[in-house]
Amino acid sequence: MPHDHPHHDAPPDPMTERVRQLEERLVAQGLVDPAAVDAIIETYAEKVGPRTGAAVVARAWTDPEFADWLARDATAAIGSMGYAGRQGEHMQAVFNTPTLHNLIVCTLCSCYPWPVLGLPPVWYKSPAYRSRAVIEPRAVLAEFGLELPPQVQIRVWDSTAELRYLVIPMRPEGTEEMTVDELAALITRDSMVGTGLPVAPERVSG
Amino acid sequence: MGFGPVRPEVNEPVFHAAWEARALGLTLATGALGHWNIDESRHARESLPPAVYLSSSYYEIWIRGLEALLDRHGLLDPAASVPHPRRLAPGAVAQVLAAGTDYTRPIAGPPRFRPGDRVRARNIHPRGHTRLPRYVRGHAGIVEAEHGGFVLPDANAHGQGDAPERLYTVVFDGADLWGPDAEPGTSVSVDAWESYLEPI
Repeated sequence: MPHDHPHHDAPPDPMTERVRQLEERLVAQGLVDPAAVDAIIETYAEKVGPRTGAAVVARAWTDPEFADWLARDATAAIGSMGYAGRQGEHMQAVFNTPTLHNLIVCTLCSCYPWPVLGLPPVWYKSPAYRSRAVIEPRAVLAEFGLELPPQVQIRVWDSTAELRYLVIPMRPEGTEEMTVDELAALITRDSMVGTGLPVAPERVSG
Repeated sequence: MGFGPVRPEVNEPVFHAAWEARALGLTLATGALGHWNIDESRHARESLPPAVYLSSSYYEIWIRGLEALLDRHGLLDPAASVPHPRRLAPGAVAQVLAAGTDYTRPIAGPPRFRPGDRVRARNIHPRGHTRLPRYVRGHAGIVEAEHGGFVLPDANAHGQGDAPERLYTVVFDGADLWGPDAEPGTSVSVDAWESYLEPI
């Protein structure tokens, strides 16, 4: 019978137990140092995340030379800010315009630019998103609350190789006086995947 | 339609359970041992029985894939218990993650396709690993960019070496892929290795 509260005497759930036993064996066999596992977890739980991508986008909004570099060689431009590594080895920046909206998906698995966005959210890895983003992107965007005018073309980028995509959203109006740090606060993770737009400035200051 | 609505989670945590974090860490730490590459590990996950794959959470798929790889490579042999020579040291983690892996390879000869060329994604159904999605096979698209040589997953997943080929971004019109039911004004691109494509 299902319960919605934990039992203190209940056995651990099956995946907890399965992974614990696997780790025990890997450690006993000399294949894994558990402190290295801790260090990997700490990296992605605390150090790497979408604030990195927001810094890249905010700089692109305020530094036209950097934006050009990003368009030509995103790996080098992002690397110059100190951001590089696993699942971001070959970066591509794709720029939204008034007539073009970019959306990123990985239909085959869950490829995602870790160094600039961190680990992907569950929805990005879900069969629903992976299958439907290429077939009916406007319907998917509507489920994120994003309705684009019909004249805006949608380009869906399926990350089928080792190229990793970062959407550069358009800079919101009314942000001319804002600093790079203030701009970065407007830039959401979803706006860099294409399932959202940057936050309007009045919603941040208010 | 299909798998139903996408359900974004507000203020989603990086991990939803402690075991998910361990699953990520174990997968990356064992990958550093050098017995398999990213293509073989993707193939191990994607070779799970479809019903298992679709009903498992993401990190459960990772764990099942990792168990298959450890078994295939005989790494859980109880007789061996000396530390692996390439066991990832805690102090090396930051450097390894920051370095990543370069998947580009030099490639001789001119590209077969140029930006602007019309091409067709080949109608192929390989028995092994591939990164050509089914939904573009047999469809015509336009080459948008040529990216130089990259390791070919179809070979690399099966221990057949890098077999590098040029990689192209190919754009397909939504209406060409999905017919009259396509949403208007949409296009989809894939990154396709040269052998995935044929000239029109």
